[in-house]
Amino acid sequence: MKPAITIKNLNFYYRQVMALKNISIDIPANRVTALIGPSGCGKSTFLRVLNRMNDLIEGTRIEGKILFNDTNIYKDMDLMKLRKKVGMVFQKPNPFPMSVYNNIAYGPRLHRKISDKELDGIVEKSLKSASLWDEVRDRMESSALGLSGGQQQRLCIARCLAVQPEVLLMDEPTSALDPVSTAKIEELVKDLRDKFAIIIVTHNMQQAGRISDYTAFFLNGEIVEYGATREIFHRPVDKRTEDYITGRFG
Amino acid sequence: MTGKNLTQSAAFLALRAAAIITLAVLFIIIIYIMSNGLRHINTSFFLQGPTSMGRDGGIAPFIVSTLYVSAVSLVIAAPVGIGSALYLSEYSKGGLPVRIIRFCTETLAGIPSIIFGLFGFVFFVVSLGMGWSVLSGGLTLACMVLPTIIKTSEEAIKTVPDTYREGSMALGATKWQTIVKVVLPVSVPGIITGIILSIGRAVGETAAVILTAGSSLRAPVSITDPGRTMSVHLYVLTMEGISNEKAFATAAVLILFVLGINYAANKTATFIRRKV
Repeated sequence: MKPAITIKNLNFYYRQVMALKNISIDIPANRVTALIGPSGCGKSTFLRVLNRMNDLIEGTRIEGKILFNDTNIYKDMDLMKLRKKVGMVFQKPNPFPMSVYNNIAYGPRLHRKISDKELDGIVEKSLKSASLWDEVRDRMESSALGLSGGQQQRLCIARCLAVQPEVLLMDEPTSALDPVSTAKIEELVKDLRDKFAIIIVTHNMQQAGRISDYTAFFLNGEIVEYGATREIFHRPVDKRTEDYITGRFG
Repeated sequence: MTGKNLTQSAAFLALRAAAIITLAVLFIIIIYIMSNGLRHINTSFFLQGPTSMGRDGGIAPFIVSTLYVSAVSLVIAAPVGIGSALYLSEYSKGGLPVRIIRFCTETLAGIPSIIFGLFGFVFFVVSLGMGWSVLSGGLTLACMVLPTIIKTSEEAIKTVPDTYREGSMALGATKWQTIVKVVLPVSVPGIITGIILSIGRAVGETAAVILTAGSSLRAPVSITDPGRTMSVHLYVLTMEGISNEKAFATAAVLILFVLGINYAANKTATFIRRKV
């Protein structure tokens, strides 16, 4: 299968510090890829390289190639277009302080003139895809900040879906949520896999095991091991992967 | 142990005294002016023009001048101030230029208003040939309140969480779209508070306007007409010994205006905060 994103010899620097070292992997389309590893190992940094959110940070630098639709995202692709195609869900739910409807409508309105009727359709469809529609259909005009944490996070996912991304990046999307909300998000991730490539950073080993098809184990800015989740969890090749997965460190 | 307690009680007493003195001074001034001024105020004082240099009649033209000059200063200072605040907090990458701008704004805030008046007189009134006018006065006041607007707007913009900016950018928004659609709406209450505080300062300012807006007894119509603000009128009435009664009455009206503006500032800010 054709990969969604191809990363070739990626090095990444915060000023003088090398945060990612020689990373080369293919991210498969229509699959969930989990990034695991101890804190500070570079998995979040790697995620933010993929939609160039690190550009916002002063003094960052990258070497190597990242190909998305055969285009080098750091050279030949419009930044706004990249971020539209590669959506991101953050660790802490960050809905805008506006109505539920306007949160979802925010993205589509950025990119083109759009009729109210079409927008209504997009909002409904996005909320349904994020399995939030039934809970918020009667409160579209009330503030998104009044939703529960789990609802807010699904709203943020719906907000991404509204601009029709091809890849969804999730940076520990359930670490601020209770178990029930977490379960809902995990269900959602499994449902969405058919439509997008999903890359999820997680600290929760069980979560990676439950929802991902592929797993990459990061350590000190390098990928120690990358492969099918079942293989990684049951027959890790590298001793360090085994130690991490069995909870000997991290 | 007793020594410690004694120190504690003494400190508490001293602090309480300081607070009481502050309140007392404020109340004495307000009560003194109100009790001397309010009894000379009636509807005709608001609606009529002055006669015999202000010994009789009302202050209608001066109310008009005050509002006119303040409005002009605001129309100029608000966009420039909010613009600089946005530049400083959203666009600039720090470093020397920003430190210089900050230093200049802080210095600007500390300059006595008479110096703004002198500058306004030499630059706007004389060099640019605007004469004593609402425009000259408004421009001078704009220079004076600019630091306040920049400072308060910057504080307001800084309170917008970065997660909102990230969320917006991650959807493919440009920096400008993010500012217009997310950052500004969220920081509007704080920005409005700063602007209304500036109106308060502009309304009450004397030294900067007396040298630039003039002291015509007639209400200004065009922006190039001279006008006398309430505080200037108050100054003239007292300095030239025209009428202490009218001076107190004018002072009372001024205080009412400033109180009203501060009240409006608080209300607007809470209202918008609730809406957002």
